[in-house]
Amino acid sequence: MAKAKYRPEFIVQRDDEKCIRCQVCVRMCSNDVHTYYPETDTVISESSRCVGCHFCEDLCPTGAITICRSEPQIKENYHWSGTEVYNIIKQADSGGVLLTGMGCDRPYKDYFGHMVLNASQVTNPSIDPLREPMELKTFIGGKPEVVVIKKSSEPELATQIPPQLELETPIMFSAMSYGSISLNACKSLAKAACDFGTCWNTGEGGLHRDLLPYAHRAIVQVASGRFGVNKEYLDAGCAIEIKIGQGAKPGIGGHLPGEKVPEEVSRTRMIPEGTDALSPAPHHDIYSIEDLKQLIFALKEATRYEKPVGVKIAAVHNVAPIASGIVRAGADFVVIDGIRGGTGAAPTVIRNNVGIPIELAIAVVDRRLREEGIRNRASIIAAGGFRSSADVVKAIALGADAVYIGTAALIALGCHLCQKCYTGKCNWGIATQDPYLTKRLNPEIGARRAYNLLRAWSLEIKEMLGGMGINAIESLRGNREQLRGVGLNEVELELLGIKHAGEAW
Amino acid sequence: MTRSRYLIIGNSAAGVAAVEAIRQADGKGAITVVSDEDVVNYSRPLISYYLGGRVSEDRMAFRDRRFYERNEVALILGRKAEELDVERRRVVLSDGTELGYEKLLIATGGRPIIPPMDGLRKVREGAFTFTRLSDAKEMLKYIRENEVKEAVVLGAGLIGLKATEGLVERGIKVTIVELADRILANTLDREASAILERALGNWGCKVIKEDTISRVISSRGRVREVVLRSGRSLSAPLLVIAVGVRPNLELVEDTPINYDRGITVDEHMRTNVEDVYAAGDVAQARDFLTGWSSVIAIWPVAFRQGKVAGWNMAGRETRYEGLFPMNSVELAGIPTISFGTTNPPEADGYEILARKDEESCLYRKIVLKENKVVGAIFLGRIERAGIFSGLIKDGIDVSSFKEELLSDDFGLLVLPAEYRKHMVKGEGMEV
Amino acid sequence: MRKPKRIIIREEYCMGCRLCEVYCITQHSKSKDIIKAYRGEEPRPVSGIYFEEKGSVSFALQCRHCDDAPCLEACITGAMYRDEGTGMVLHDREKCVGCWMCIMACPYGVIKPDFGERKVASKCDLCIEAEFPACVEHCPNEAIILVDEEGERIYKEAV
Repeated sequence: MAKAKYRPEFIVQRDDEKCIRCQVCVRMCSNDVHTYYPETDTVISESSRCVGCHFCEDLCPTGAITICRSEPQIKENYHWSGTEVYNIIKQADSGGVLLTGMGCDRPYKDYFGHMVLNASQVTNPSIDPLREPMELKTFIGGKPEVVVIKKSSEPELATQIPPQLELETPIMFSAMSYGSISLNACKSLAKAACDFGTCWNTGEGGLHRDLLPYAHRAIVQVASGRFGVNKEYLDAGCAIEIKIGQGAKPGIGGHLPGEKVPEEVSRTRMIPEGTDALSPAPHHDIYSIEDLKQLIFALKEATRYEKPVGVKIAAVHNVAPIASGIVRAGADFVVIDGIRGGTGAAPTVIRNNVGIPIELAIAVVDRRLREEGIRNRASIIAAGGFRSSADVVKAIALGADAVYIGTAALIALGCHLCQKCYTGKCNWGIATQDPYLTKRLNPEIGARRAYNLLRAWSLEIKEMLGGMGINAIESLRGNREQLRGVGLNEVELELLGIKHAGEAW
Repeated sequence: MTRSRYLIIGNSAAGVAAVEAIRQADGKGAITVVSDEDVVNYSRPLISYYLGGRVSEDRMAFRDRRFYERNEVALILGRKAEELDVERRRVVLSDGTELGYEKLLIATGGRPIIPPMDGLRKVREGAFTFTRLSDAKEMLKYIRENEVKEAVVLGAGLIGLKATEGLVERGIKVTIVELADRILANTLDREASAILERALGNWGCKVIKEDTISRVISSRGRVREVVLRSGRSLSAPLLVIAVGVRPNLELVEDTPINYDRGITVDEHMRTNVEDVYAAGDVAQARDFLTGWSSVIAIWPVAFRQGKVAGWNMAGRETRYEGLFPMNSVELAGIPTISFGTTNPPEADGYEILARKDEESCLYRKIVLKENKVVGAIFLGRIERAGIFSGLIKDGIDVSSFKEELLSDDFGLLVLPAEYRKHMVKGEGMEV
Repeated sequence: MRKPKRIIIREEYCMGCRLCEVYCITQHSKSKDIIKAYRGEEPRPVSGIYFEEKGSVSFALQCRHCDDAPCLEACITGAMYRDEGTGMVLHDREKCVGCWMCIMACPYGVIKPDFGERKVASKCDLCIEAEFPACVEHCPNEAIILVDEEGERIYKEAV
């Protein structure tokens, strides 16, 4: 038997003429890829350790480093890829579950990439967002069946409106727990959300005291492990989200490896230091939809019916009836998380193979709720791999009220999708608790960049809306007429509820 | 008689510092500065560099020619202040000029001590003290005219050794005679003295310790030979007498101004006589470490005292917190910096940390009392030595990082975070 | 006296990459080109930064341009002087004789002895020849920032 050497997934190329031996790369790589040899005054890079995070490449003052992809090479084989071969070798070595981070990277059909948007030409002219008001404001929460206005000198609302979240843009930051990401990363997103006027989500990590200044815009999550859940926690946030599942790993609970549980995380989550934080797969007090209703109302009672209480589920085969049950159980919003949703740690097989694409999930949930006449009772928030403002617009056109972005937000903070979050050695200071690494994410800069992302996407959404001749996001919601499929078959078009490009009204 | 608002006797570190300080607080009041030397401005410590040929005469100034013009200072050169009448507030110069003052600063510095030696009076040429530019110039002239190849330097303190260095750079073989049992006895400890003495030896200098000159032999007024107390005799075509300096008190001797070893001043640099101040090598002020008053004849101390005196004279009340001895000297290529109490007595509660590498001529010593730094020696490696001046001045308790003190990497990082952050927040530093 | 611009150090954001030193050396080199400064020039210029690191704490320290600078009082040649226009403490290498009194006096220990061509002291000059201090401009994590006399942050783009 020859012990396997794991083939490098990346090759580090160094232009020696440009390398000035400043050793910034040597110092900065948490995977110890680069080593300086003073005897020969050379820097040698051990590519097999490189995870492709590009941190050294971005820091190198002369641009001497290039990180290139390298596929583990086996004889040409349509059925077996080098990655699959080496996964088996790893499992034969360790007998363990292969872990990974971020979202599904397999080539399932990209439905957003197969839908195109409308624009106004001649009839119903475009609107110029720079010259005319364009409303992106979105309210998350149940809407009443009928609105009754009291007639008096000043029009007054007679109907009780359930609690709402007011968002300046239909984009919020997805649930990423303190523990899976660093406190600096949490601060960056929290501050950007507050500055922009949207919300962020605590994930299952509890609420760290340094984040209290931003708590008024925090959606606090109650997950199966109930980490960090106490009265102050529930009172601090602006909404409560019961997490049943997430798109990256439907059917199993959250997983935070012990390496990422130092003292602060342990205190915030209320668990012992250094222990793996494994959330159970189900909530052990929710075994039926009636149990869920009980929990929803328990939380509403505890917070005096002042905040929206919603439920997050992974998008699975029966997502439509499940969502319907959730709405009937009294949830003010339903979050559906598609197969492309990210995570800090999940078994690779689950991440890559369980769940359904969010595009289909939004469409079927929206249609089902409308058919049952209960669409107004809860907002639909979609999550799972939104890559651009176009994805956001398409999701809203399919029926979502708002979207959560997770992966995109982390990329704004520096993430390069190396998928090694579970190791806790994130060079960008995002998915780690090592103080030497977390310093690298300056929350001032992080907040600036996350804010910029929200701003850029919001401006683009306004451009697209204007192009469609729409001046308010609510006119786009569920407006399937603005979408056309390209290269989709009949079943797909039917599920999405859209026509094929070329077909008119 | 002209009367100035400010009259300063002395034009070296303390005097110039006082001018700058006065002008910061008072742009108008007339300032007169009197110097008994004929040079507009020069830095006294540079005379050994001049002697050695490392600095030319035109580079000796530490303030440029126009400094006096810019600050509107009437500069009187080449005349000595000989008489001081504090009742009538006037000073009489060697040429009879009378200068009146409202505020007077005495910054007359020090003058060399010349111990009694038989036959010294007969010497008219070849014997020098080494405290003024004129000393260095005359010495150089003498060396050139007489093709001097060897010399004897009496005194292995800072002045004697700097003179030695200058002479060696001119290719002269020097023998040093020192009364104590080691060189730099007032500045360093035994270990440091030993390393430097060996280095001097490698440079070709001979050091004779525990001895002094008892007789000087000259022929036709020119010095030729010296006989030591031990009986030994040395060829001495050139003799430099550098056993020490004492404060130049001539001006105040017949006045009501109090003096001890130097002119005694309070924490505002005031003497016992109203409106009369003293600063620099002539003054005896508070020693920060001992709490007693002493004369610390070192450039940065003189400068600071001059500054404080100037501010107080111009009405800006400032306390002189007191300083301590500190020296930077490079001998035979080995840089050495020392602070405070470098050679404490045994017991008395002093704790000593030291690390030595004789081969590489490296020596680092920290002296602590009650967990605070009271003295230090950095020999061979002087990087970041100044941090210790801050530790001494701020009285920082070093118990939490005592082990780091001797490390070459010692820096601000080991200091308590609050102290360090206060320092690096960019606030102005107070001496 | 005009208060100078100052560099404020925020050690909580310093990653320990030392790019500040790289750009300081480049800015003070003859060619101002990073590759030439490192590979071509002899001797390589000394940077004005003392980099300190212990465990996960690190920061880049440079001359504080103190209001009441002890180095100004210790300098025997007048090589260390305050520039009236900017309020910065500057150093004239030509005048310096390498007596090391400034190194003795500086409580931050930010002055370096340069044993290169001539023995002189060396310290940060806030990149007076450039528009903006190179270290601040290139710190990837904004651990060091430039502030004006009121303590307000100055950004490179504004210059």
